[in-house]
Amino acid sequence: MMKEKVSADVVARVRAQMHLDDPWIIRYFRFLWGLLHGDLGTSYKLQRSVTDLILQAFPRTMVLAFSAALVSWIIGIPAGILSAIRQYSVTDYFFMGFSLAGVSMPVFWSALLFQYVFALKLGWLPVAGFYGWRYVIMPAIVLGWSSAGLIARLTRSSLLDVMRNDYIRTARSKGARELAVITGHALKNALLPVVTIMAIQVASLLSGAVITESVFGIPGSAESRSMPLKAGICRCFKVLSFLPRFSSSWEIWWPISCILS
Amino acid sequence: MEKEKLLAHETLFADIIRAFKENKTALFGLIVVVILVVLAIFAPYVTPYDPYEIDLNNRFSKPSLNHWFGTDMFGRDLFTRVIYGARISLAIGLIPSLIAVSIGAILGVVSGYIGGRLGYWVMRMADVVMAFPSLLLAIVVMYTLGATLFNLFIALSVVGWAGAARVVRSQALSIREKEFIEAAKAIGVKDIKIMARHVFPNCLPSLMVLFTMNIPDAILSEASLSFLGVGAQPPTPSWGLLVSNGKEFLFSAPWVAILPGVAIFITVLAFNFIGDGLRDAIDPYLKG
Repeated sequence: MMKEKVSADVVARVRAQMHLDDPWIIRYFRFLWGLLHGDLGTSYKLQRSVTDLILQAFPRTMVLAFSAALVSWIIGIPAGILSAIRQYSVTDYFFMGFSLAGVSMPVFWSALLFQYVFALKLGWLPVAGFYGWRYVIMPAIVLGWSSAGLIARLTRSSLLDVMRNDYIRTARSKGARELAVITGHALKNALLPVVTIMAIQVASLLSGAVITESVFGIPGSAESRSMPLKAGICRCFKVLSFLPRFSSSWEIWWPISCILS
Repeated sequence: MEKEKLLAHETLFADIIRAFKENKTALFGLIVVVILVVLAIFAPYVTPYDPYEIDLNNRFSKPSLNHWFGTDMFGRDLFTRVIYGARISLAIGLIPSLIAVSIGAILGVVSGYIGGRLGYWVMRMADVVMAFPSLLLAIVVMYTLGATLFNLFIALSVVGWAGAARVVRSQALSIREKEFIEAAKAIGVKDIKIMARHVFPNCLPSLMVLFTMNIPDAILSEASLSFLGVGAQPPTPSWGLLVSNGKEFLFSAPWVAILPGVAIFITVLAFNFIGDGLRDAIDPYLKG
């Protein structure tokens, strides 16, 4: 953080200012105490409070991650359902190819492809920046596609598993129409593992959002350039990725799905 | 009759290989990967150009017969750089995955078989690693250690072991209860030998799947880290870096950014095909 040739007393002053001469255990508890009070330290480069910087950048990252999650559900779940009910058909191969492509593409590259086609060649959407909802569309689709594949594959395999059960045969034999069998009986059970993954996926989209932000020039969490800021952002992401794991756990969803059915 | 049937039955791995061979997409993936490996190893014989040679008279020439992928902003032949980049990406795909899966396997077997307090703490550590979004953790490791290729190996290994440890542990937990383990214990085999000889080999099929599934992730992570500037540094011809260099010229010379990306896409897709095929081939044994 400092230039290489610095006089000894400047070093000493900075060390004293940052309390680096205290034993590590005291420094650690000072850090914990700060953390409890929402103080994550100061950025070396910008000389501003890390908490302020995060509060400024984080909402943008969250908007991007959640709209990407939304896109991936809207694409992934129907694609998974369609390929499951038409297993080994052209539809199935198309959607599975589509989702494998989404998983295999580096996000930063598909972002560039989208920029090239939809912004530079067709001119439908703005290239980069963050000044309104039109600027979120392209990053959200790019990021959402990458995880739509996961959702689609999971929905497909889980629905196929459920469709083999006896109660599906019972439903069919009592004369229920195929659509009613799928929406009324199969989907309710098939979507349980998908909901679990959906919640965990929001956390991984947050880290995908960092890359997408840097391609689309969105001033979010990717902007952080110094160590305390990086560490602070990581801590926030960590808390955020624990929360959905709790909320998606079986104990919470089981009563809800019981009430619904 | 029973005995003949048993004799006719092949070994587990022969069965897996046969099931894998029947899977066309997986074989296709394997062929693509073999071609890539050959190109990467024999790179100096495949292309007449040097990946670092600057030729300012030839900046941004379009893809042609002389320059299959065109040239970049310094006139370097892009096809050559992509081929040399394959060396990095393949090494990054294979080595950290191997390290991560090995660490995961050892910790998983130990914590699953011995269990108790040790197993508990190993799993809590895995939870801590898994709680971080993997790319961000890798970014932090790279920031702390400095952006070099060697540190990339460390960062990706650190990120990858936790998932493997969880899977292996759950397998070791169920293997521990099997009768042959009880038999081995009864004749006085030491714990460490039971783990190495009996528990570990029974986890191998799922370790193989974990390993192949880890490769495309590692390649994508390396590319992303290099793209963000915390991975390989210029002028290394890493694929992520090639795309990152090209993004400034997206409008005037789109091939500079797009073609290296195609290489990433095809490689990752091929490894995904192989991983899916291997999983489908091994799955019956994991369930049975």
